[in-house]
Amino acid sequence: MPKCRRTSCASATRRGSDMARMTMVEAIRDAHDVAMGRDDKVVVFGEDVGYFGGVFRCTAGLQAKYGPSRCFDAPISESGIVGAAVGMAAYGLKPCVEIQFADYMYPAYDQIVSEAARLRYRSAGEFTCPIVIRMPTGGGIFGGQTHSQSPEALFTHVAGLKTVVPSNPQDAKGLLLAAIDDPDPVIFLEPKRLYNGPFDGHHDRPVESWKTSPLSEVEEGWCPIPLGRANVVREGGDLTVLAYGTMVHVALAAVAESGTDAEVIDLRTLIPLDVDAIVASVRRTGRCLIVHEATLTSGFGAELAALVQRNCFWHLEAPVLRVAGWDTPYPHAQEWHYFPGPARIVENIRAVMEA
Amino acid sequence: MAARKGKKISNVSAEDLTAYYRDMLLIRRFEEKAGQLYGMGLIGGFCHLYIGQEAVVVGLEAAAEEGDKRVTSYRDHGHMLACGMDPKGVMAELTGREGGYSKGKGGSMHMFSKEKHFYGGHGIVGAQVPIGAGLAFADKYKENGRVTFTYFGDGASNQGQVYETFNMAALWSLPVVFVIENNQYAMGTAQKRSTSTPEIHTRGEAFGIPGEAVDGMDVLAVRAAGETAVAHCRAGKGPYILEVKTYRYRGHSMSDPAKYRTREEVQKMREERDAIEHVRQMLLDGKHASEDDLKAIDKDIKDIVNKAAEFAKESPEPALDELWSDIYADTAPQNA
Ligand SMILES: Cc1ncc(C[n+]2csc(CCOP(=O)(O)OP(=O)(O)O)c2C)c(N)n1
Ligand SMILES: [Mg+2]
Repeated sequence: MPKCRRTSCASATRRGSDMARMTMVEAIRDAHDVAMGRDDKVVVFGEDVGYFGGVFRCTAGLQAKYGPSRCFDAPISESGIVGAAVGMAAYGLKPCVEIQFADYMYPAYDQIVSEAARLRYRSAGEFTCPIVIRMPTGGGIFGGQTHSQSPEALFTHVAGLKTVVPSNPQDAKGLLLAAIDDPDPVIFLEPKRLYNGPFDGHHDRPVESWKTSPLSEVEEGWCPIPLGRANVVREGGDLTVLAYGTMVHVALAAVAESGTDAEVIDLRTLIPLDVDAIVASVRRTGRCLIVHEATLTSGFGAELAALVQRNCFWHLEAPVLRVAGWDTPYPHAQEWHYFPGPARIVENIRAVMEA
Repeated sequence: MAARKGKKISNVSAEDLTAYYRDMLLIRRFEEKAGQLYGMGLIGGFCHLYIGQEAVVVGLEAAAEEGDKRVTSYRDHGHMLACGMDPKGVMAELTGREGGYSKGKGGSMHMFSKEKHFYGGHGIVGAQVPIGAGLAFADKYKENGRVTFTYFGDGASNQGQVYETFNMAALWSLPVVFVIENNQYAMGTAQKRSTSTPEIHTRGEAFGIPGEAVDGMDVLAVRAAGETAVAHCRAGKGPYILEVKTYRYRGHSMSDPAKYRTREEVQKMREERDAIEHVRQMLLDGKHASEDDLKAIDKDIKDIVNKAAEFAKESPEPALDELWSDIYADTAPQNA
């Protein structure tokens, strides 16, 4: 993979001349554009993806620019979409497919787990599966149980898959470029609540736009961000907060409200995981809080907690705590009681600090 | 519309025709109100309106008997009203209130009624199709002569599980009517962009399931086809496919940029083929009803819909502990 020219948002914002302001949707579209322009083996397809440009508009304009043989519509056949992508990839193409919502991925799960993730191992490396499966995840849009889930742990549990969750336009572009370039199957989870603006969990406040955020300054052209590198989005010494996707913004708001000097780490990729960054931080702060929107039990936070206790046990001054969605289906009417918003995070920051 | 022009309709009574008019109008007005409440922010998230497709479900309900079952997709409000569910409970589910059919847990896409044998709206495209076969299996097992109407869209007809179901339904000779509501679009994708053979009613041929296309803008044609299908099922001959050609006037859901079809196309369908207008004309032309009779019906329906909206606004938000209930029968969730 070409060397990344930047590893943190801070360095990117200092540039300027070759920057464009983008929402997360635009950044994702731009990443597709750059990847397709650079490599004609990249093909993009999915439900409503071609002519219509995607229900969230992430592929708008690609069919017009690259033609219907490279960006096209698929029928509502998730299993078929992913399975076909596996076959294309085994014979040299680089498919980047969209599953319209992560909640619709289950019909494709068999192909993802049994085929995509296992092709390299099963063929002793003779065949590979360089595909990207993009899907919007998470809640915050009143989608209820079939349009709000965060299934990342279902992927991180499967050997052979990489799992990426960007939290802003810069990362979305860089990580998607790296994912498309990657030699193995990558699940690319896009927090839909962040598509058009950051969201700090205060659902009763006016909607924010990316346009006023420095994170919307996206480098033009080819600018991959290597998978497996976390980003320290706030430095601090009191405790370490681990988060990804939407919860990065919510955690930052909660830290500010709690008055603690917390370090907040945006994991960016769950597999491969930047264990070094996590361990270095927690050894320094001695306290760790993990935040995710997915249900708590068997969530990715459990894996993080185990890693932290294994690697930082003698440095810990408090039990590692987790704030997550309740172990319930994602509710329709009670969305904000389910969502682990700033208040619940502040409460847990206090608990970690006081322990 | 390339559909079969209706079978003989001479045997319809003025009473039945008026009832179909009423039922279709109730759906339309209900959906218009839902659209308004959505615009006012009282309904959130997804809300798929049935406007334009009313004749499909009303025609099929006319062919159903007490105890017959129905299961459908997320575009479910019309099905619920047509099988006699309470508009108040449906509207209150849309607003996510305690008085909703699923106490605010399901929202627009997920409601149920044991009393009316309505086995749900289902948000996952195609998921209801095998469930419909299972319901039919249970009926056959109980030898009760009932039939299940399993509704799904043209887009859903490309899901693999539909064909797994066709095979099982034919293999086990299940009393299920597969109703494909072909409104020509799956979200923003026209049928021709996603479907190899547009004649979806022929898709059962390989499994030995008879199928026919029906004009879904003609409630009597739908009823007649429904009667044929139901008779086939009740005679123990197994499943039957009806591809009902229809059209949705509104966007796929409430947030639909409508860039995938022209306004003229929609306008033309509304003006030339509207199912409710068609029946209205039949009632007037046949002197089965006067303008005043129809006005009285309109007024009555407006009243029902307004009351449903009032109820949906006034019904309280669900209590907080509802968040953790109905997950298991007798076990608390792990983290509550
Ligand atoms: C498994 C799955 N894939 C995709 C979706 C998203 N989706 C919801 S409705 C829809 C279009 C379905 O079209 P059709 O079956 O024709 O029904 P219609 O909406 O026209 O009534 C799509 C793609 C979903 N809900 N579930
Ligand atoms: Mg359709």
